[in-house]
Amino acid sequence: MKKIEVIKNILEANETIANRNQQLLDKHKVFAINIMSAPGAGKTSLILQTLARLKSRLNAAVIEGDVASTVDAEKVQSEAKAVVQINTRNMPESCSLMAGMIESALNDMPLDNIDLMLIENVGNLICPSEFALGEHKRVVISSLPEGDDKPIKYPLIFIDADAVIINKMDLLPHVDFDIAAFRRSVAGLNPKAEIFQLSCKTSEGIEKWCSWVLEQAKTNAAKR
Amino acid sequence: MHELGVTENIVNIALAKAGEAQASKISQINLVIGEMSGFAPDCIQFYFDSLSRDTIAQGAVLHFELVPAQLRCRNCSTIFTPQDTLWSCPECRGQSVEISKGRELYMESMEVE
Repeated sequence: MKKIEVIKNILEANETIANRNQQLLDKHKVFAINIMSAPGAGKTSLILQTLARLKSRLNAAVIEGDVASTVDAEKVQSEAKAVVQINTRNMPESCSLMAGMIESALNDMPLDNIDLMLIENVGNLICPSEFALGEHKRVVISSLPEGDDKPIKYPLIFIDADAVIINKMDLLPHVDFDIAAFRRSVAGLNPKAEIFQLSCKTSEGIEKWCSWVLEQAKTNAAKR
Repeated sequence: MHELGVTENIVNIALAKAGEAQASKISQINLVIGEMSGFAPDCIQFYFDSLSRDTIAQGAVLHFELVPAQLRCRNCSTIFTPQDTLWSCPECRGQSVEISKGRELYMESMEVE
């Protein structure tokens, strides 16, 4: 019997591919955002709103991650330069996108003609926080019907977010969601996260979010 | 929930390291998993039993060292263990905290023959 020292990060395989993805995106000057939330919080709606506002200024592409179906890809098709739908049903992990899936999707995209890559992760507040994809920024959406306690229940995904969006603000009169308490929880876990309050239904607050995306894309491009 | 891919990595790392050491059998794999990492040992064990079949890792004992969560208060730097889901500092009651331990996920060592 012999003991071998190993000391090896088990997620390293995913992280190696994620780094490779980011290098590829940087080479083609593509700014990528990983959009994460529970199912139904408004990832696709946010993407549609963002595409509608920014398509005259940026060439945007979308990677859609879902367990099954092409419903979301069909919704965004007319607004995006390119769309790839990933179905995770038959992948080793169905609960989250992983770097290898993004690598294959990037191979199918005209990266030279793209400035902005919006990656819609699988609806889930747990698994996606563990897997880097090669994105430049991570965004988490919480919507009012979910309740204001999600940062307390699912801290990891909020700790790693660059921006947190509170969506469905139009429902505020109808639900018990304490905006101040939510903002306090997020700021406690992650003081650097930008917080946006918006409604994809009424478009309230979308402008401010899109300005942030533009600014981040510009800052990222300047670094290359 | 997402342990299959992670267990594939564990088997791959173990087989590669055992190959380097010219081992003929892996008897134990020592893993370090943070309480906050979101990976369940039972699940990893379940997948491992199936993924290691017909390899030199078949039958290896998976030993999990669980690292409890440890938080650090950003206001007064107190290190503490979270007692409930509300992560407030026991000293200053501050709610601005960071995780200092508990997100680990790595293979520490193996025992081979």
